[in-house]
Amino acid sequence: MADVVRVVAADDPVRPLFSPAGELTADARGTLGLSPDELRDLYHKMVWIRRTDQEALNLQRQGELGLWGPYQGQEAIHVGTVAALRPTDWIFPSYREFGMGMCRGIDPAEMLTLFRGLSHGPWDPRRYHFAPLVIPVASQVPHAVGMAMGSRFKHGDDVVLSTFGDGATSKGDWHEAMNFAGVFRAPVVFLCQNNRWAISVPLAKQTAGSIAERAQGYGFPGIRIDGNDVLAVLAAVRAAAARARQGDGPYLIEAMTYRMGPHTTSDDPTRYRSETDLERWNVKDPIPRYREWLQGQGLIDEASLAAINREVETAVEATRNRLKSAPVPAAGEAIFGRVYQHPPDSFLEERQEFESSLESN
Amino acid sequence: MEPVTMAKAINLSLRDALAGDDDVLVFGEDVGTLGGVFRITDGLQKAFGSDRVFDTPLAESAIIGICIGLALRGFKPVPEIQFDGFIYPAFDQIVSHVAKYRNRTGVSMPITIRVPFGGRIGAVEHHSESPEAYFTHTAGLKVVAPSTPGDAYALLQSAIADPDPVIFFEPKARYYLKEEIDTAKEVPIGQARVARGGSGVTVIAYGPTVGIALDAAKAAEKENISLEVIDLRSLSPLDMPTILASLQKTHRAIVVHEAPVFGGFGGEIVARIADDGFDLLEAPIARIGGMDTPYPPARYEKLYLPDVDRILEAADLALAYG
Ligand SMILES: Cc1ncc(C[n+]2csc(CCOP(=O)(O)OP(=O)(O)O)c2C)c(N)n1
Repeated sequence: MADVVRVVAADDPVRPLFSPAGELTADARGTLGLSPDELRDLYHKMVWIRRTDQEALNLQRQGELGLWGPYQGQEAIHVGTVAALRPTDWIFPSYREFGMGMCRGIDPAEMLTLFRGLSHGPWDPRRYHFAPLVIPVASQVPHAVGMAMGSRFKHGDDVVLSTFGDGATSKGDWHEAMNFAGVFRAPVVFLCQNNRWAISVPLAKQTAGSIAERAQGYGFPGIRIDGNDVLAVLAAVRAAAARARQGDGPYLIEAMTYRMGPHTTSDDPTRYRSETDLERWNVKDPIPRYREWLQGQGLIDEASLAAINREVETAVEATRNRLKSAPVPAAGEAIFGRVYQHPPDSFLEERQEFESSLESN
Repeated sequence: MEPVTMAKAINLSLRDALAGDDDVLVFGEDVGTLGGVFRITDGLQKAFGSDRVFDTPLAESAIIGICIGLALRGFKPVPEIQFDGFIYPAFDQIVSHVAKYRNRTGVSMPITIRVPFGGRIGAVEHHSESPEAYFTHTAGLKVVAPSTPGDAYALLQSAIADPDPVIFFEPKARYYLKEEIDTAKEVPIGQARVARGGSGVTVIAYGPTVGIALDAAKAAEKENISLEVIDLRSLSPLDMPTILASLQKTHRAIVVHEAPVFGGFGGEIVARIADDGFDLLEAPIARIGGMDTPYPPARYEKLYLPDVDRILEAADLALAYG
């Protein structure tokens, strides 16, 4: 037991970057080595994914989307994580990581077709190294571990990022995956987005202990960090990924944040939480916080802020237009098209029958 | 009594069960403070306290697994699985233990697992499934699916009172249909009802498809075709006498469910009729259901699900046969 803890502490490259409270230290912030353009781009991306989130909410209200799960408040995690990884490092998201997908280069209009009821999985995960959005909570975590084991077996130099909510850490799938990762020393970074709510269930009712500290029980390190600081997220994921890449195994990052919106557009949070919590977290909003930091460093001026806003507005409008003008895929293809690679004859007959019944109606 | 929705009827039934028996417990994801994502458990925590109505961590396997221990301790657990598509993590506990514990130990397992099921609500993936056949295939379980507020109230009373485990499927697309209910009326598990009398073709349905079958019967009447609609209410055990009595009149049958037809529960109904009522039949029995594909994205669900036209077409074929 003691041995495990000691080994874990000795090879932890993430912890030295953080204060005991999980804040990125000033020293670590100074040695990130990002160019002014890269630092501004993090801001640009956070604004872009937030505006897209708001737009999706509007589109849902207008009936253009069936459902929407807002990620407002969690933008620093979405943007910082993707920036910390190589484009070939796979990401296995749950359902709220729309912004991560955007940062990976997936067209938001294409992704939105899922919420428009047109597709269960609008993109090819292999093209973006971004697995499909997954709804059954925590079920994607073992997938990430399998990919990481595969990378090790094939002597790849890629790592895998597995992300999930605080609620997910209650599931058996999550624990089984963590244990596999430890046993097989899989190059995987587990990133818990602890937004303190699982629909109406608050963190205190989800777990009586610490999520980050559970990693030790599986034989690898874990840390709790400030998830509303984009540079903190970037630094932690980058260091944990570098460690995994050099063969030192998994790492668990618990990024503390807050779900500012409803669980989804079907949810009514006034039934279970108060405005005061929201106000408390509003102060920590990752976007103004980072903007002020950039301004303090003299890295961004009013003109470039205005330019970013203009660019984002144009992008969001284009997304909306692409979404609305996208053709509705034919029903036969949408229902039957991707079920089998080698469809049985009976299946093809059923499809044919279905398609001819459409024609005759 | 004022007409109530099925959602309210289930709420009332849970309320009466909690009030009538201190050993009844209601729990699951979001059922406490929120009152459930469909508000089925609305107000119950306030009325009965958080020791009897409580939110659990997000863990279906444990939600069902703890029922075994609670039942051994004398409780009557009534857990909620939030959606049909999230029952699978609990499958092992249901099949390996809930269903088999009595056979292993002689100890009763009075557990009622409530599951909103079925489609037609425009949802994203995993929220519209019909997994009933996995459970009807498992000995030791009883499986029911009401289609009206009154039956939902009464069947839930029967399920909670039953010493054996019951999977209680609630057709979520019918949660907000209203009807006057009589809480004194009993509906034992294992009894179908004739939802509409008729003489031409028997339409056998349950849960979400009963409404479509009734709509089809109304439409058929205009063409002078008489459909008798049977609402099974209980899938396991299955009320064969009611089905056979109907076939004595009609000699023709159609089975309708939302689940895919291949390996679906309709196959069991058809096989039983072939066993027990072969001589009654004057036409092959049609099965109408979802396609043998995963439940499609919302935009396509109306095309995937059984509808009035498919029932009418099958009725025409059955009547024209031979
Ligand atoms: C296995 C499973 N059970 C239940 C649900 C319904 N559900 C969807 S999201 C959710 C809460 C998830 O909370 P968390 O993991 O903290 O993620 P967050 O939504 O906060 O991002 C629940 C209960 C589900 N999708 N999957």
